[in-house]
Amino acid sequence: MNIKTFLPLAAAAALVPALGLAQEAEEVAVSAGEAAAHTQFILNTLLFLVGGFLVFWMAAGFSMLEAGLVRSKNVTMQLTKNVGLFSIAAIMYWLVGFNLMYPGDWLIEGWLGPFFSPTVLEAVGVGADGVDVTYASVGSDFFFQLMFAATTASIVSGTLAERVKLWPFLLFVVVLTGFIYPIEASWQWGGGWLSEAGFSDFAGSTLVHAAGGFAALAGAIVLGARKGKYGKDGKVNAMPGSNLALATLGTFILWLGWFGFNGGSQLAMGTIGDVADVSRIFANTNMAAAAGAVAALILTQVIYKKVDLTMVLNGALAGLVSITAEPLAPSLFQALIIGGIGGVIVVFTVPLLDKLKIDDVVGAIPVHLIAGLWGTFIVAWTNSDASFGTQILGFVAIGAFVFVVSLVVFYLIKMIIGLRVSEEAEVKGLDRAELGMEAYPEFTNG
Amino acid sequence: MKLIIAAIKPFKLEEVREALTTIGVRGMMVTEIKGFGTQSGHTEIYRGAEYAVNFVPKVKLEIVVADTLAEQVVETIAKTAQTGKIGDGKIFTLDVDSALRVRTGETDGDAL
Repeated sequence: MNIKTFLPLAAAAALVPALGLAQEAEEVAVSAGEAAAHTQFILNTLLFLVGGFLVFWMAAGFSMLEAGLVRSKNVTMQLTKNVGLFSIAAIMYWLVGFNLMYPGDWLIEGWLGPFFSPTVLEAVGVGADGVDVTYASVGSDFFFQLMFAATTASIVSGTLAERVKLWPFLLFVVVLTGFIYPIEASWQWGGGWLSEAGFSDFAGSTLVHAAGGFAALAGAIVLGARKGKYGKDGKVNAMPGSNLALATLGTFILWLGWFGFNGGSQLAMGTIGDVADVSRIFANTNMAAAAGAVAALILTQVIYKKVDLTMVLNGALAGLVSITAEPLAPSLFQALIIGGIGGVIVVFTVPLLDKLKIDDVVGAIPVHLIAGLWGTFIVAWTNSDASFGTQILGFVAIGAFVFVVSLVVFYLIKMIIGLRVSEEAEVKGLDRAELGMEAYPEFTNG
Repeated sequence: MKLIIAAIKPFKLEEVREALTTIGVRGMMVTEIKGFGTQSGHTEIYRGAEYAVNFVPKVKLEIVVADTLAEQVVETIAKTAQTGKIGDGKIFTLDVDSALRVRTGETDGDAL
């Protein structure tokens, strides 16, 4: 439209609120102090909501990363596992997990919260008197924390790819997201015995990543390696992934989501200090990822004379895991070191796992468990409230619990309903054998 | 009639197709294949594990022409597809018993 028509219309629009035609706003008398507290509540809640949907987006990241690193004949299965595990995590966390992880009343003080206490959201249109004004809305807290439980479960699906049965795997996810994860996380974030002991894990290098890694390790041991992966005399047979473009996309998506993962864990954004802290966290998180990628870039070039993209992707993720235990305190240089060493760890532990004949299809154990250990340990370097000893204590306590319980659950599943597909199904590909649906039907004979 | 089977380097396909249509070839079948001859494969490395790639991608042409055109077809393919480096491919010629055009039912020479 031309300026002659535009100007009068704009003037009219500007006058509308003054004419009192605007929507009726809630008329509540608040003092200046109360308004400030309300603003803090609102901004804290906003952080959880935005952080929450960013971590949700990591589910897409894991799906693409895993789909790209498995062979074509198993892609549909991998995607189905990822959609399934996320959805199950969401339900289990409502049914059991959230209140088990953040007990109001403990069953065993500091160790075990209430079972089967489903989450209840605040009333619609709740007012200041119905919420904890110093914190954030229950809905946003639940939403945000749910995503972390789902992340833990998705770590396991990568390791067990290409030979695990669908429903037994999802059954494990029910136990992991409903019970194992919430219980170990309650020891720290739920105010349990570990947080009393002085353990420090800002966003979950141990609680989420190492825990997921330990569950993955337990599964890999019970499941065994893929047929043909390990030959005689220590020969390792490569099984290249089907789509490195997807794997790379997945990694960048995870990188993006991690800003929510670490940033949201500040748990507050209503003050200058808090929002500046969230900024530090974003910057440090990004630096660690970049350093991890570059470390892997350089190392694979030097060791193998050729850069390995999949290792660079793993390196970036390991950098992210490493900084997750303390993304706030480090300087950018320290974040670079922490993330860089994460990348180094991955380049050396991926072949090491193969030497131990532990078949980890996507490198989840090096990225989440080993880099998680490093990230947890090194907190004491930059955070004076932590000590190296307590960091190790926390890692070992949670690691042992998750590993042993997961091992038992996987063994029980194996005994009762079976965990691994038949040899024939594994060779044919899980897509055709288990699902009857191929990911790329136009590119095969079927 | 003769069936000419040729394995050539994939990037040469377009050049060969054009050269053949110029000399009067009115149809051909093309398949993407893997193979090895003197040009063996190579090793690659994936996440620290070395593996051998024993086959090399090639393109296979199958062309049925009248006896009179066969030799010219072989020469044209050979000349166009050659690079002088190993892996240029091979060309074989076989006899064809009969041919039929599905649309019209024409046989033998009329089908080509």
